[in-house]
Amino acid sequence: MTAAIRTQELTKDYPVGFWRTRRYRALDDVSLDVARGEAFGLLGPNGAGKTTTLKLLFQLVFPTAGRAEILGRPAGDIAVKRRIGYLPENPSFYDYLTAEELLSYFAGVFGYQGAERTRRVARLLDTVGIESERRLPLRRYSKGMLQRVGLAQALVNDPEVVVLDEPMSGLDPIGRRQVSDLILGLRTEGRTVFFSSHILTDAERLCSRVAVLARGRLMSTGRIGDTDVFGIRGWELVVANVDPVRLDRFRTEGVSVRPIADDRVAIDLGLETRPEQIASELVAAGASLLAMNPLRDTLEDYFFKTVGRANTDDTADRFDA
Amino acid sequence: MSPSPVFPIAASVFRESVRDRVPYNLVIFAILLMGASYLLGQLTAGQELKIIKDLGLAAMSMFGLFIALFIGIGLVSKEVERRSIYGLLSKPISRAQFLLGKYVGLVVTLVVNVGVMSVALYAVLGYMAVTESEDFKRGWEAPALDPMLIVAIGLILLGLMLVTAIALLFSTFSSPMVSAATTLGLYVAGHFSDDLRHLDQSVDSRVAGVLGRLLSYLLPDLSVFDVKARVVHGLPVPFDEVAWAVGYGLVYIVGLLAVSILIFNRRDFK
Repeated sequence: MTAAIRTQELTKDYPVGFWRTRRYRALDDVSLDVARGEAFGLLGPNGAGKTTTLKLLFQLVFPTAGRAEILGRPAGDIAVKRRIGYLPENPSFYDYLTAEELLSYFAGVFGYQGAERTRRVARLLDTVGIESERRLPLRRYSKGMLQRVGLAQALVNDPEVVVLDEPMSGLDPIGRRQVSDLILGLRTEGRTVFFSSHILTDAERLCSRVAVLARGRLMSTGRIGDTDVFGIRGWELVVANVDPVRLDRFRTEGVSVRPIADDRVAIDLGLETRPEQIASELVAAGASLLAMNPLRDTLEDYFFKTVGRANTDDTADRFDA
Repeated sequence: MSPSPVFPIAASVFRESVRDRVPYNLVIFAILLMGASYLLGQLTAGQELKIIKDLGLAAMSMFGLFIALFIGIGLVSKEVERRSIYGLLSKPISRAQFLLGKYVGLVVTLVVNVGVMSVALYAVLGYMAVTESEDFKRGWEAPALDPMLIVAIGLILLGLMLVTAIALLFSTFSSPMVSAATTLGLYVAGHFSDDLRHLDQSVDSRVAGVLGRLLSYLLPDLSVFDVKARVVHGLPVPFDEVAWAVGYGLVYIVGLLAVSILIFNRRDFK
């Protein structure tokens, strides 16, 4: 089966300056494969090239080198655009239209007419939680509400592939929860979701795989939970009522013991130690085992390490000579 | 299913222009102007019919120009500026369809506006035809409800369509200010292309003469759409001349749209 999204050595330079223009490399040789039905997160700090990548997929900008494909067809193919949806970053629409009119307009562009169009628009606005405000002009909308309308317009054609640029941007906690649920719902329905974010917890909760971009370059791609990327680096035992003498012995052995509250402590064990053996010993000595958790690199750790490397290693200027 | 996304885009341009107060104001202003011209006619014995036709047609040209210019220059640049173009171009629309939709939408707006002004003009003229005495009418060079007025209005509309295509072309790659200045410049130059063609007769420079002739062929010749004076005075306008103007206008418009599409097809939306 062809990939939902594939980029091969995708590169984009922008001319900068009016007189004696120089070229600024926004994206540098990025090759990615997003499988059908997966939720894929494109992560990176501001200026990493995330938005440029997504714009290249919709041919809003043209590549300097390389190619981008969606559902096996080149980016910009009209037939493929019928099967995909796009939420631009900080979406902005026609502020004199109401949400209903905007979605009706876009539904009309897809060829939906009459009652089918009306039904579709009403259902989408219900889905994204735009209630009575749907008949207000968009100029009265808050940023979060515009984001929801943006999501609704990205789904107007029941797309197989949904591309979302910073979908959580500008949303309050309730809005973030709703959008998270929406993305999870799309994933459950078997749609491919490809989204950019610099909010790592969102990616951790929603993505099956992530790619990290920094300064226009692809730093790494990985499956969340894959030991290569987010490997287990030890175990955390949360215990109560442990004999203080035993805790001191842990400390002298170089094991990290962190008091939590009251008589509860967290003991971090290395990979070389069998956690169940230590747990049994402690319980036999009268302690209570409250939790045993694997210690993994979080996405934050991964993100920081890879992006930090790009920032420190990068000696090549992103501008040409 | 809709046959083409051009129509929803055109409809949205029309809707935006209707919600924009400028066209309304222009139409109201045009109607007021025609009313004023009627009052003026009351004071100008024997000339009122000509004055009303003249002012009516001139007002249509001017207000049509304002609509073509001020909406035309923002057709694409406004979409880029407010970033609404990202959402729209991600839909199954080619860039050519996007531009054609925008163009058709503004042409429909112009047709409706010029149509309203025409109805108002004919209403004033019809009122005169009914109320003036037969003796008075004998002094008129052309009948009040002269069908040739429709030809003059049609050619005004075609000229406005050409101006719209010029504004759209500049809108695809430059800012509204630059587009407005350039389109207005071409509009003015377009009315003097005959003078440019015969520049060698008025200046003593061969280079200037050749340059003038070259420019006169390159720049749109908007004078071909101007038959107002002859229609107002009841003078004949040959069919060949009208046919040439229509053909010239359509070919020029198609050419401008083709160049606009070529430029727009290569543009990055950063």
